[in-house]
Amino acid sequence: MKDFANEKWTRRSLLTAIGLAGGTAAMYDAMLSMGYAANSDFSDPITLQGDAKGASVIILGAGIAGMVAAYEMRKAGYKVKILEFNNRPGGRNWSLHAGDSYTDIGGTTQKVDFAPGQYFNPGPWRLPYHHQGILHYCKMLNVPLESFVMYNNAALVHSAGAFGGKPKRFREVAADYEGHISELLAKATSQNKLDDQLDKDEKDGVLQMLKTWGGLDKNYEYRKGDQTSDFRGYDIPPGGGLMPGPVPSDIMPRKELFNSSLWNALYFPKQWDFQGQLFQPKGGMGEIGKAFGKLLDGVIQYDCKVTNIRQDETGVTVTYINSKTGGAPKTEKADWCVNTIPVSVLSQIPMNVGPKMRAAIDSLPYLPAVKVGLQFKRRFWEEDDNIYGGNTYTDQPIFNISYPSHGFFEKGPAVLLGAYIYRSGMRVYNFEALSAQEQIEAALEQGSKIHPQYRAEFMTGVAVAWHRVPWTLGCSGLWNDALREKHYADMCAVDNRIVLAGEHCSRLMAWQEGSVLSALDAITRLHKRVMSA
Amino acid sequence: MKANTILLAAALSLAATGAMAQANCNQFPQQGGEALYNGICQDCHMPDGRGAEGAGHYPALARNPKLAEPGYPISVVTQGLKSMPAFGGAMSDQQIADVVNYVRTHFGNAYKDTVKPEDVKNAR
Ligand SMILES: Cc1cc2nc3c(=O)[nH]c(=O)nc-3n(C[C@H](O)[C@H](O)[C@H](O)COP(=O)(O)OP(=O)(O)OC[C@H]3O[C@@H](n4cnc5c(N)ncnc54)[C@H](O)[C@@H]3O)c2cc1C
Ligand code: HEC
Repeated sequence: MKDFANEKWTRRSLLTAIGLAGGTAAMYDAMLSMGYAANSDFSDPITLQGDAKGASVIILGAGIAGMVAAYEMRKAGYKVKILEFNNRPGGRNWSLHAGDSYTDIGGTTQKVDFAPGQYFNPGPWRLPYHHQGILHYCKMLNVPLESFVMYNNAALVHSAGAFGGKPKRFREVAADYEGHISELLAKATSQNKLDDQLDKDEKDGVLQMLKTWGGLDKNYEYRKGDQTSDFRGYDIPPGGGLMPGPVPSDIMPRKELFNSSLWNALYFPKQWDFQGQLFQPKGGMGEIGKAFGKLLDGVIQYDCKVTNIRQDETGVTVTYINSKTGGAPKTEKADWCVNTIPVSVLSQIPMNVGPKMRAAIDSLPYLPAVKVGLQFKRRFWEEDDNIYGGNTYTDQPIFNISYPSHGFFEKGPAVLLGAYIYRSGMRVYNFEALSAQEQIEAALEQGSKIHPQYRAEFMTGVAVAWHRVPWTLGCSGLWNDALREKHYADMCAVDNRIVLAGEHCSRLMAWQEGSVLSALDAITRLHKRVMSA
Repeated sequence: MKANTILLAAALSLAATGAMAQANCNQFPQQGGEALYNGICQDCHMPDGRGAEGAGHYPALARNPKLAEPGYPISVVTQGLKSMPAFGGAMSDQQIADVVNYVRTHFGNAYKDTVKPEDVKNAR
């Protein structure tokens, strides 16, 4: 253990150097390959070295990116100030609690009349274990984290066109796909049809594996019985005494299963981001933003709508008006500027940067997305269906129902995610274009195909369509390969005294980790510029 | 489908190849100017084309003199404009002509000339 701290320090300086040379992605890749980002004792993502000599920075936007930048730069000796459009910290890091209200850009106000203690995350809601940057700040801010249930074998997979529209359990779908595919493969192998691919030793190994993994019998068949029900569940599970079980369950016929699209849902738990462990802050994702806002008390000036950004040799002048009352424009001047305003909005704000950064800002559309939170009188998914947290998927537009990962077994009302619409390409705009009332109604209509209890148990709901969120005009930057190639580097470059940061300046689209890493990378490069100025 | 590899990385996990995908979801199903406006444009430009203002804004299409020259709305809808996405790939020439004609003759706009699908085709 000798010199552990020292070794860490060296690694960190190296990472900073890599970050400077290759940008965030290179740094992050390097962090992972060095086993650094994954370290549980991750203590401090950066240290800005050298005296800032009281230089001032104006930071635009008090989302995660802006607050990380402010905190780290203040620590390094900068005079920091944030201008924020909303009257709260957090930006997209945001939860709607009982008693809150939300007014969209069209002026529609929804009152969140949930039962006391209930909340809904209209934006971010889950944190993968390897997002060590945002997790670092949660720890630093003492934001308690609890487990987010991503994958639950008892949750449902539904396709309107498969099995008469009757939802299946995840465990049934997974077991039957694996079983049927194992059977096909095991038969081909044992009947020597793969001999040009597999030598004798491999063959035995593969057969052994398929038999165990797929739940096949001695003839390599996937058949109804105790073995397969042990995977997919029983019609009547084993009981005590003279109780009737176990009664094994029927297997879904191969052809019908293979012709369905149910396999699509199996792909989620395979992805690195969703494999788990995942976390959520206790009491709502917005707890991170709130805690950060407290830490930066006095630094953030709320209700400021930035309307103009100008830089010259002497500094950066930001013009703003009161976002509620308008009124006479005011200005704020600083030596440097970290600008985290989403480019969906920033593309509309005059700012004198070079043509390349301007082209980058003007190039990026934002993803459409709708989330609907529904409060029910009771946790029928737990009480009637034994589903404790996790996600149900459907090929209806609502796509995703997510059961709360907290408050298990509680009596009384509870809120679930009744729709999460973002995957159906252009059709998402059709959903965003509905009124909040219509979005809630659609969530109820489609959800009741999966949970017939919906109508009787429903109490109240709230819907957020992200293009109508007044301060982001969209969910997240919609980069593709061609746009990245053309504009990403220019978006992230320091333009004289201004650097952009935020989710849109990262390769982690729609993850708070992207905002954190972008902010750290941006201020590291800006600081270097300040030191050499 | 190279773009998909990038999209997969999103929190939202956007693989267009995939999961529980709806048929042909990259084409708008609406037909006719009114249905297209209500199903798409209204999302941002609001009912009646009145526009909206927050930290950023959606310009009003109502009484908008910039619609006088039909080539402008055709190009905006087809190619996109800053944070307004390009809808050209998701709409037929007919659909674009219909929605452009609709906004140019509603919400206090009364432009007389009619856009034809060929005009859209030439502008693509
Ligand atoms: C539906 C959805 C689901 C998501 N799911 C997850 C998830 O599960 N996990 C996860 O980690 N991330 C998730 N994300 C992504 C995450 O929310 C973002 O990456 C992150 O919160 C963005 O932080 P930011 O600081 O970059 O931007 P923002 O939070 O948008 O901050 C920008 C700030 O600038 C302010 N602003 C805008 N215009 C002006 C102006 N003119 N003047 C002054 N201030 C202005 C805004 O009010 C805002 O506070 C999700 C996002 C959405 C929308
Ligand atoms: C996702 C949001 C969104 C949708 C949906 C959308 N627009 Fe737009 N539109 C915008 C934004 C933002 C601008 C302003 C761009 C800028 O100049 O910064 C704009 C600008 C325009 C303009 C230019 C107006 C002017 O005064 O210069 C026209 C015309 C227009 N949109 C037409 C349409 C039509 C027709 C549709 C439906 C097919 C549509 N838009 C759908 C966001 C949207």
